[in-house]
Amino acid sequence: MKIVVPVKVVPDTAATIKVEDGRVTWGDAPLVLNPWDEFAVEAALQMVEKHGGTVAVVSVGDEHALEAIRKALAMGAKEAVRIHDPALAHADVRATAQVLAAAVRKMGDVDMVFFGRQAIDGDTGLTPMYTARALGWPFVGLVSAFPEMDPAGRTFTAERSVGEAKQTLRAPMPAVVTIAKEFAEPRYPSFMGIRKASRAKVPVWSLADLGLDAPAAKVRWPEITMPPKREVKVEFIEGETPREIAEKLVDKLIEAKVL
Amino acid sequence: MDFRLTDEHRMVQQMVRDFAQKEIAPLVKEYDRKHEPIPGVLERMGELGLLGISIPVRYGGQGMDYITLGLVSEELEYVDSTLRVVMSVHMGLCALSILHWGTEAQKQKFLVPLAKGEKVGAGAFTEPGHGSDFARIQGTARREGDVYILNGEKMWISLATKADYALVTMRTDPHADPPHRGLTAFIVDLHSPGITRGDIKGKLGVRAGSTGWIAFQNVEVPVENRIGEEGEGFKVTMSAFDRGRYTVGAGAAGLIRAALDASVAYARERRTFGQPIGHHQLIKEKIARMARDYEMTRLLYLHTGWLMNQGQRFTRQASLTKWFGTEAAFRAAHDAIQIHGAYGYSDEYDVERFFRNSRGAMIYEGSSEIHTLIQADYALGYRYDKPLRKELPPYDPDEWLAE
Ligand SMILES: Cc1cc2nc3c(=O)[nH]c(=O)nc-3n(C[C@H](O)[C@H](O)[C@H](O)COP(=O)(O)OP(=O)(O)OC[C@H]3O[C@@H](n4cnc5c(N)ncnc54)[C@H](O)[C@@H]3O)c2cc1C
Ligand SMILES: Cc1cc2nc3c(=O)[nH]c(=O)nc-3n(C[C@H](O)[C@H](O)[C@H](O)COP(=O)(O)OP(=O)(O)OC[C@H]3O[C@@H](n4cnc5c(N)ncnc54)[C@H](O)[C@@H]3O)c2cc1C
Repeated sequence: MKIVVPVKVVPDTAATIKVEDGRVTWGDAPLVLNPWDEFAVEAALQMVEKHGGTVAVVSVGDEHALEAIRKALAMGAKEAVRIHDPALAHADVRATAQVLAAAVRKMGDVDMVFFGRQAIDGDTGLTPMYTARALGWPFVGLVSAFPEMDPAGRTFTAERSVGEAKQTLRAPMPAVVTIAKEFAEPRYPSFMGIRKASRAKVPVWSLADLGLDAPAAKVRWPEITMPPKREVKVEFIEGETPREIAEKLVDKLIEAKVL
Repeated sequence: MDFRLTDEHRMVQQMVRDFAQKEIAPLVKEYDRKHEPIPGVLERMGELGLLGISIPVRYGGQGMDYITLGLVSEELEYVDSTLRVVMSVHMGLCALSILHWGTEAQKQKFLVPLAKGEKVGAGAFTEPGHGSDFARIQGTARREGDVYILNGEKMWISLATKADYALVTMRTDPHADPPHRGLTAFIVDLHSPGITRGDIKGKLGVRAGSTGWIAFQNVEVPVENRIGEEGEGFKVTMSAFDRGRYTVGAGAAGLIRAALDASVAYARERRTFGQPIGHHQLIKEKIARMARDYEMTRLLYLHTGWLMNQGQRFTRQASLTKWFGTEAAFRAAHDAIQIHGAYGYSDEYDVERFFRNSRGAMIYEGSSEIHTLIQADYALGYRYDKPLRKELPPYDPDEWLAE
């Protein structure tokens, strides 16, 4: 089977995000494969290890996107495409999803698209649904396991983690899913993977290659501001006995309407 | 000149960083307190390919260059020195010595399982009575037909009780003058009859690691396990030290960076006299010294790794890297404790462990005094490197990656 994993490059989780001149920046913090996407790559690799086939990754972005692509290749993905076009500079989620959908169609014979649940920078978590919609494929969110995956029979069952409960559902292929972190801990890249990834030539497709006009962004960003600084006050509660301290604490919590 | 790391370097660096952060960092304090290695750590390093990192693919390794070995050492020691020690002895002293001096048959027999991580290697040179003055070791290897009979005791051996194989240097000629000409090196299966070994208790540092003794009582070692010629053991051992020192120096960069990161985080948070202590000049001085020493140690080890890749002699550079790096690491850890005040004195924070771990590195792989003498003698022209009968193979990607 062929599984496509769309991946995104994001600033490292340890980066300090700032707003400067109305733009979001993270200085020279390192860029990494979106941590949620690592789960999607892992899930895709496990599926092809079990059912045969290949994992291909696709990323929309400038050369920095190679950071994410190479990590996925080093983990074991076999193919990669980068989509870059100056006309995509202000693409919003919907526009990106249209581009991804076109790329999936162009890649051909794709059985499944595995996304991470969201990107840690934009945090919208909407790209997967928009992509499913653009492809006209079913969508299943937050999959924690695939009890069945039957490429020949064109169906699969997916287990979803919903709060305390588990939900199992069946859907036809092809489909778009997002992978929850309960699926499996992502593997480290292997040295062989690293060697291959560092030598890989990643083809670049433009909008013209995809047969698309620049998709218009529906979302504009009229203003970006830092969240207001929170004032934190620390108060030590004293008392003769643990009981007295606990009672005082409860009074305070009720007073603060926490309880 | 090109100061950039390759994509390959950066990816390995990140992989090792993730491994150490996820799997070692959460456990290391507990095992350091217990004076025990983290269970399964060598097996994990083997599974990830770290135990074969700079060994050609056709010998079961990962085919990475020597700079990668330095980068990995730095990343491992960032979390705990005991992990880097594994690279120093398994890779630096043992596996690379077989690559350097071994015959094709020895490479097939010993290097392949070491590189695949199926076997763990050590280097056993120091004896109870002889460390710095290694040329005068007393342990003997007596030739009898097709075997050598080994007798003696090795002391302070990293991974003594964990390793399967060790490069062991013994005296084959008791009358050699000068004494270093009478030494011969062997690759010894540590599971052989006549070998007993144990761990040393009560160490100041590297407590999550293993350091011990190995006693040899009439241990038979086949002639085909001799590494190099009879009488060549001193040169074989010194070349092993060159590689060990490289990894120790690179590791020191990791320890300095760890001390620096911990200190920066603490100095930004901790307040005295109305401001974060990072604003006090005397704290800045310590931070600045760590930042400087990190960069210097890093440049020194990258240069050494580059020389190794080129197939150039790196004895002088490895000694300088090790000497400067380990002293700087000790200073950095010491200053990091100071910056943390009383909290630095407690094992709730990592810096006291960095401090204890940094100390041993000024003693092993050539003490600071020995490196001072080496560097002075190079500068004075009292010492120079003569070509070896065999040189460590340079890094050639085509050859190293060939199946
Ligand atoms: C944690 C740890 C791990 C180790 N792992 C290994 C290992 O894997 N394999 C192995 O073979 N060995 C290992 N060693 C041993 C190490 O190599 C020796 O400790 C080292 O060579 C120093 O020898 P020594 O301890 O006998 O000190 P000595 O040689 O007795 O030296 C004592 C002091 O005298 C100084 N000194 C000696 N000669 C001179 C001189 N000419 N001028 C000035 N000062 C001098 C030394 O610098 C030192 O300060 C390890 C040691 C430690 C602490
Ligand atoms: C073993 C031990 C026993 C102790 N026993 C006692 C005891 O019996 N009674 C007691 O009351 N306390 C005791 N202490 C606490 C000790 O007095 C404090 O640790 C000490 O005053 C430093 O305070 P601190 O640890 O909060 O560090 P901090 O005051 O937070 O200092 C952190 C770092 O910043 C530096 N720094 C602070 N201000 C400046 C400045 N203006 N310029 C430059 N650098 C600055 C400090 O020198 C230090 O390096 C003990 C501590 C230890 C480790």
